[in-house]
Amino acid sequence: MSEEMRQAGHGDAERHHHHSHATTSHHPGGHHLLTVEHLSVSFSMYDTQAPFFSARHIEHTMISDMSISVHAGEVVAVVGASGSGKTLLADALMGLYEPNAHVEGNIWFDGVLQDATSLARLRGHGISLVPQSVTHLDPLMPVGEQVLGACPRGRAARAERARRQRRMEELFATYRLDPSVMRRYPHELSGGMLRRILIMCALMDDPKLIVADEPTPGLDLDLAVRALGDLRTFANDGGGVMLITHDLELALRVADRVAVFYEGRIVEETATASFARPDTLEHPFTRALWHALPEHDFCAVPLSGGEE
Amino acid sequence: MADRMRSRLRPPQMRLPFAVRMALRLVTLLLAVSFITFLLVGLSPIDPVQANVGQAAVATMSPERRAMLAEHWDVGVPILERYASWLGDAVHGDLGESLRFGRPVVEVVGERLQSSALLLGASSLISGVVGLALGVLAGVRAGTRLDRVIRGYCYVLSAAPTFWIALVALMVFAVYLGWFPVGFSVPIGSAGEVSLAARLHHMVLPAAVLSLTGVANIALHTREKTVDVLASDYVRLARTRGEGTWTLVRRHALRNLVLPALTLACAQMSEIVGGSVLVEQVFSYPGLGQAAVTAGLGGDAPLLVGIALACTVLVFAGNLIANLLYGVVDPRMKGETLHVA
Repeated sequence: MSEEMRQAGHGDAERHHHHSHATTSHHPGGHHLLTVEHLSVSFSMYDTQAPFFSARHIEHTMISDMSISVHAGEVVAVVGASGSGKTLLADALMGLYEPNAHVEGNIWFDGVLQDATSLARLRGHGISLVPQSVTHLDPLMPVGEQVLGACPRGRAARAERARRQRRMEELFATYRLDPSVMRRYPHELSGGMLRRILIMCALMDDPKLIVADEPTPGLDLDLAVRALGDLRTFANDGGGVMLITHDLELALRVADRVAVFYEGRIVEETATASFARPDTLEHPFTRALWHALPEHDFCAVPLSGGEE
Repeated sequence: MADRMRSRLRPPQMRLPFAVRMALRLVTLLLAVSFITFLLVGLSPIDPVQANVGQAAVATMSPERRAMLAEHWDVGVPILERYASWLGDAVHGDLGESLRFGRPVVEVVGERLQSSALLLGASSLISGVVGLALGVLAGVRAGTRLDRVIRGYCYVLSAAPTFWIALVALMVFAVYLGWFPVGFSVPIGSAGEVSLAARLHHMVLPAAVLSLTGVANIALHTREKTVDVLASDYVRLARTRGEGTWTLVRRHALRNLVLPALTLACAQMSEIVGGSVLVEQVFSYPGLGQAAVTAGLGGDAPLLVGIALACTVLVFAGNLIANLLYGVVDPRMKGETLHVA
């Protein structure tokens, strides 16, 4: 792919970097906002199949050779079954690794190749997480202080503290939460309010990319789409969103592109529009998903054995 | 929610006010403690006359004098009868006269409590603060050499008997190094006013030894809790927002740790009061604990009961304070405190 072509943008069906694009996908600065290539995450653990005392350490691979890209201005949904290791992807992007994890691959953010240290520096300074459950809020801290986050201390940082305070108040106004809510504790607020607080925590740090890990559990489709309106707005304003979910219907309603996560890898990364007809889908698993949707055949298509 | 459920179980008008319920609980506790103490004195094989006058003196004493002394020490009076007459006076606020000291029990206990209070207070404070600090440090550095050293220290401390630690401390710091006095709460031979510095100097060793066992307990619990908190979802989110370890500890861990540590520190009042009996004995520190030993060995039932009651009130107060502080520290318990207690 030549540099001029990247700058020029490309049509929907055009492919590069293993994916096809949506109309909203564009490449400011000539690069993707986020590119993940050949990411593998494995864990060193005892062999659970072996007899008790002779168990050896084995590498258990959760994500293998995975590639995905997020463009500025779009929502990319990573769709996969529960327990397929989607949250590990979020952890890998945030540079949060368990001590026994082994992570390999290349991650570019905003055109710069990252390592574990630089990814850790990007936490809250470029990449923000919207987590899955409201247990991610400290039960003993007023929510206003949580949205505010850790502020630099000392005299010199007084202006920065004031700026964050203003930004926090702005966010409360934007999300139509009364200023008195700032002094409330999580247990005093409703689930819907807490979800908004979690999104505000992410927006507080003015990220370029938001990784939303299953942010609407337990909501029905219409409510979930509405709840994700805030992330849509963030993308429309030029940010990138990686929406990790198990719900293909939701992904098709909200996202510009959909990446299908299956058996530890992305088997297909394509524009939402490709899901209009099964023959624009390439991978058998994606087609099986299409057929399983309620408005289509609603049937389970057996995958031909030994696929991939 | 829980509040609503409970009020459904018991209509609110049947609930007594918090203070009244607490007072009732304290009174029944004091009754039980005093009764059991009398019972134990009654079962004790110690002959109070012999114990207090000395074997030689008893042997050479005239029978009339021995009978007189026996009557003074209530020898031969059934213990239930003694308890009944003590209780009758106690209801009127008269806790009797210490047979050993020849002064009203209230006076003796008050005096001893005064010199013990500083010791007990300092020990609780030290064990709370040092325990919390060590626990957080070990929890944050879990699995490292520092963690292993702190845990090892705690295991050794909680396994070692207090009186033995007191003896070792006495030998090392008072005898070999000579940094601290070997005993008493004031310089030997001094009378009247003693400077605060001198009092504190005499208090250092007993207070340090007394707080050691508490440190181990609080540190180990705090360590576990720190590990839990650092693995929690809210710390994960805070990490993804770029908070470093010590910022995490300051902003999230401490406020979630203080409650359990506080509970332990207050509940530990009983262990510190109990430990003070041995430690004060070793350091000849004229406090409540030492008076308890004197009263117990001398069969001085009124004094022993008086001391037991004072300790009961101290421990009860410790637990009550923990309960009340819950509501202050944990917003989830607001309005719940009164029911929890």
